Amino acid sequence: MLGYSFGELGSIFAMQAFAGLILFSVFVLMALGLAIIFGQMGVINMAHGEFMILGAYMTYLCSHLFSAYLPGLYSIYFFVAMIVAFIASGALGLLVEWGLIRHLYRRPLDTLLATWGLSLFLQQAYRSTFGAREVGVELPNWMMGSTNLSDTIQIPINGIFVMVLTLLITLAVYLLIYRSRWGCQVRAVVQNRTMAGAVGINTEKVDRYTFGIGCGIAGIAGSAFTMIGSTGPTAGQLYIVDTFLVVVFGGAQSLLGTIASAFTISQAQSTMEFFLSGSMAKVLALLAVVGILMLRPQGLFVLKVRR
Amino acid sequence: MTSRDHRTQLHSATRRKLLIGMAAVPTAALLSRVARAAGPATAAVNTTGLAVTDDTVTVGILHSVTGTMAISETGSVEAEKLAIDQINKSGGVLGRQIKFIQEDGASDWPTFAEKARKLLVNDKVASVFGCWTSASRKAVLPVFEQYDGILYYPTFYEGLEQSKNVFYEGQEATQQIIAGLNWIVKEKGAKSFYLLGSDYIWPRTSNKIARKHIENFLKLQVVGEEYFPLGSTEFNSVINKIKLKKPDVIYAIIVGGSNVAFYKQLRAAGIDLVNKQNLLTISVTEDEILGIGGENIVGAYAAMKYFQSLDNPTNKAFVKAFKDMWGQKSVIGDVTQAAYEGPWLWKLAVEKAGSFDTDKVIAASPGIELNAPEGTVRIHENHHLWSKTRIGRARADGQYDVIYETAELVEPNPFPKGYQ
Repeated sequence: MLGYSFGELGSIFAMQAFAGLILFSVFVLMALGLAIIFGQMGVINMAHGEFMILGAYMTYLCSHLFSAYLPGLYSIYFFVAMIVAFIASGALGLLVEWGLIRHLYRRPLDTLLATWGLSLFLQQAYRSTFGAREVGVELPNWMMGSTNLSDTIQIPINGIFVMVLTLLITLAVYLLIYRSRWGCQVRAVVQNRTMAGAVGINTEKVDRYTFGIGCGIAGIAGSAFTMIGSTGPTAGQLYIVDTFLVVVFGGAQSLLGTIASAFTISQAQSTMEFFLSGSMAKVLALLAVVGILMLRPQGLFVLKVRR
Repeated sequence: MTSRDHRTQLHSATRRKLLIGMAAVPTAALLSRVARAAGPATAAVNTTGLAVTDDTVTVGILHSVTGTMAISETGSVEAEKLAIDQINKSGGVLGRQIKFIQEDGASDWPTFAEKARKLLVNDKVASVFGCWTSASRKAVLPVFEQYDGILYYPTFYEGLEQSKNVFYEGQEATQQIIAGLNWIVKEKGAKSFYLLGSDYIWPRTSNKIARKHIENFLKLQVVGEEYFPLGSTEFNSVINKIKLKKPDVIYAIIVGGSNVAFYKQLRAAGIDLVNKQNLLTISVTEDEILGIGGENIVGAYAAMKYFQSLDNPTNKAFVKAFKDMWGQKSVIGDVTQAAYEGPWLWKLAVEKAGSFDTDKVIAASPGIELNAPEGTVRIHENHHLWSKTRIGRARADGQYDVIYETAELVEPNPFPKGYQ
């Protein structure tokens, strides 16, 4: 590190801290939907990435519709696109729960296979609809580029956007699960399904909407990721491993655990990426996760439940 | 016979077709019928039991049209079908119309091997146009060697391979890398380089060659070299490192979905490829830019042998024919053009050999010249192509401006001494 001034090193340090925070936001955003589905319902949803990509394709469609019919509103199309993505992925989620998942609640391993099949099915559906090639999603100009905090510190605007979005959605999920009547029912069903049913909670309905909301959040995440990643039929596969990693490492049933684990993994990875190389950082991060899971098989945070 | 006799007038054939327009179809059919009658007897041109009849010859097309690689391989399939179609309209090969059997490798390497065996053993195809990734080529190689087939392979690749049964239409690594590096050092006065790549054999081997060339031959400096898992979408940390080390050139060999993430984040981080930072890539063709978005990569330099915007009559006719066949929106990248050369090179070799027999076709191939859309190419004894290397600069509309080409054809050198 010789030959650099303190000012330069300071700027790099600041930018690197932001890079870590952005990665953290990305991880939280992609894991939240799954944390609800896997954590609250115990469904291993291998098609999670495809629900995200549905959101990305919705964004792609919206950008085309707006530039063709509403060019005046183009600069804010992204907000509309995120709502459309939530509705589309959520609706597909409800449909899938009704047609597939609800028949398999007592057979978790079969759910894994069924959702894996669903992911292949969706990939081919995207390929047939949108073509095998990746599509480029154009963004309004204000979302591209960077903002200068000082002469040498540049922060990507889309990174800040993802951070704010993550914060809002996390807050919304928290309120929904821990502060709303519906969330209370969800938690009751998680803790004891039979008992929840006995006190008059419609467990089937709770399950359906939980799954739908989880998928809807995945759709929003997918929509946001068009800013940083690619949109193609198989792009969802890029996220699935990291997503499960974050959720499992955090402790499947804990929202706080998901956030803590996303923070740990993202900081470790982005710091190591800076000092080592990209591939090595990934390997070391995975090794660390494996090591910690061996010591704490339930993940970082465990919900204490009497079974 | 000199190789000159076998230089095809591809361009004039295409132009003639354009002039005659729709009337060309019955004429071509008539011509081919005449030619067929004049074609040599099947027993003479096919002594090893290939799928050749008195008026047809069957070839194979083996690419992925499903799975992750479908993104890349679709263009190659389209180009090969176009070439076969054009050859048939101009009279076929030795008076025989080409029929093709298409198999799907499904982005899965064992499937590639199995389908190659099916094409060679069951279908007895005279040659195969196919594969895209090195992994798929390595998987089918033993099959082609065992059953003595011919494979025309379209992709630029890392070199370090040479098989009697394969013709490599893409550039091997040294052709693409060395000319590009020399150009950027000469034109941009570059002194320091930051090498990036996706983590598999092609980027690693290519960067190894690039590093040797930069350090040992140009006596310049490599300030960083890094690899990312395939599909990685997080590049903010390495972008910070690049900002810290301030290399004159970012040398990027990133592929697939990662490409999109990399260029989007580079732009988001305020790195200005148009005015401030030089970036040279060998992995982004016009095909990839469709996904990346032209506005995200504008200003980057690419070193390849072909760009869609090349200004010569053969290329213009090729681009027009391609768009007429596959839609006006289609784009043509380096590999797509190379795939287009396959059926033509095979036709020339068969005609020079006067036979469909694999051994005779292979023996006749070295020295054959083709006037392709990229310009003249020539088959080397090592089964690779002599070809020019060009530098293109990315425009916002997703095309490249060709700003430089080597004066001479660059010799293919799959086993470069001093680079291993």
